[in-house]
Amino acid sequence: MGYYSYGLPPFVVVVIALYILLTGSGEAFNVGRFLEESSPYAWAATGIGLCIGLSVLGAGWGIFITGSSILGGGVRAPRISTKNLISIIFCEVVAIYGVIIGIVYSAKLGEFVPEAHLYTRENYFTGFALFWGGLTVGACNLLCGLCVGITGSTAALSDAADPNLFVKILVVEVFGSILGLFGLITGLLMVSQASDFSAASSLASPLVSVA
Amino acid sequence: MEALFFNVDTGFLEGTVRGYKAGILTQSHYANLTQCETLEDFRTQLSATDYGNFLANEPLPISTSTITEKATQLLVDQFNYLRTNAVEPLSKFLDYITYAYMIDNVVLLITGTLHERDTHELLDRCHPLGVFDTMPALCVATNVEELYQSVLVETPLAPYFRDCLSASDLDDLNIEIIRNTVYKAYLEDFYNYCSSLGSPTSDVMQRILSFEADRRTVNITINSFNTELSKEQRAKLFPAIGRLFPEGNNQLAKADEIDQVRQVCENVSEYRSFFSESSGMNGSAGDESGTAAQLEDRFFHTEVHLNKLAFLQQFQYGIFYSYMKLKEQEIRNITWIAECIAQDARDRMQDFIPIF
Repeated sequence: MGYYSYGLPPFVVVVIALYILLTGSGEAFNVGRFLEESSPYAWAATGIGLCIGLSVLGAGWGIFITGSSILGGGVRAPRISTKNLISIIFCEVVAIYGVIIGIVYSAKLGEFVPEAHLYTRENYFTGFALFWGGLTVGACNLLCGLCVGITGSTAALSDAADPNLFVKILVVEVFGSILGLFGLITGLLMVSQASDFSAASSLASPLVSVA
Repeated sequence: MEALFFNVDTGFLEGTVRGYKAGILTQSHYANLTQCETLEDFRTQLSATDYGNFLANEPLPISTSTITEKATQLLVDQFNYLRTNAVEPLSKFLDYITYAYMIDNVVLLITGTLHERDTHELLDRCHPLGVFDTMPALCVATNVEELYQSVLVETPLAPYFRDCLSASDLDDLNIEIIRNTVYKAYLEDFYNYCSSLGSPTSDVMQRILSFEADRRTVNITINSFNTELSKEQRAKLFPAIGRLFPEGNNQLAKADEIDQVRQVCENVSEYRSFFSESSGMNGSAGDESGTAAQLEDRFFHTEVHLNKLAFLQQFQYGIFYSYMKLKEQEIRNITWIAECIAQDARDRMQDFIPIF
């Protein structure tokens, strides 16, 4: 079964690639042209979507990992339920980072620029910066949410067993949540030089080379 | 990686079991219990623990068998709660735990029928976790073949009985052979299932089940000295897992006295201390019953130790198995203490195995 699921897609890709190559239209596979012709809006919007999407995924994942352990531990030790909400809050903060970056990045989308005037150097840069910035922030927040969630689960169960342990494991969680903050800072730095999308003064399209 | 998805299905139950484990009696509880003069004091002391008022409706005088029965019922209720809330693969894991009790129940019923005891009395003495629907039909046992075809083939124990269908008569020796053969098949099957579950569960459970297999191997060897069990038959009862497998098992199959067993166990560092002389004995190697009792004690201590270690890891199923074993040990402990109180044998009261 493994051979089919792992072997079939690469096989199909290789067949298509060889077909294109051997029928003389190998030039159709042109990475540079793809990057030049794809709209910077597509890159930017995808980046913002990944940012908020992956952040929320990380936060939600962390919350369910911690939440189920709090519920289980709270059966015999109901006192832990209030104190351990702080772990849930740490996970939630990760989603808030994603929202902040999403808002900051969406502000750079600016006014609508018609396609003929869109393809300037500044706009290309903004598009790529928003994509990779969003991916960075999203991935950082995903992993941070997971980290805080798993540690929070251990903190809840340890607290149920021995109340002295909670604060000590909370320190580990705080260090874990800093990862999301790193992602936020890096994401802001990456787009600090990017200007809003703006129209070119003359025609700026990838299909027509501008001197 | 196990931490990513474990809590989806099992997070709540893990928290619940760890809560149950926090209610296991500690040394301070045992100190209070051993100071009780009567069983009523004993009941009062237990009502302050997680046992609560489990003996509240019992008429005086309380008997120790009632205490054991009610404590076991508490454990059964906890297990049933876990089992009803579990999904695959935890539900299958919990079912494996019940198979051990089923094997004990089946053997109890067959033995009891052969000695012509009353059916209802036998069914009452069965362990509640090992009950299955067609159990009363076992009381018409004549030979294993018929037993298998009519009753056992629909139970989960069916694959374990295949190896012992050749046992012709059902006499006491053969029943013990059947019990051990079935248990060996069950232990190997459980071990393989745990290995298929992947990392932390398999690590924890393999350690525990290996020790269980070695313990059974050594016990079968020692108990078969001076009996009519032949060495080939003995060798077939050893489980094919554990630290003593395969060389240790081969040597134990040929052993004739405890010294040889001691030598085989020297090869495994954890088992060396099982046979060391305690300070009270005067080093006589011929005192077999004393060594055997001490060995049994040390086996229990090691089992409790391994089961406690299972709780140090999160996101694995070993804690469910370990909780059941530790709680059973606790029930044995309180039964022991209750018996000592009832029979006024206070000098032996400290012989229980402390857990926490």
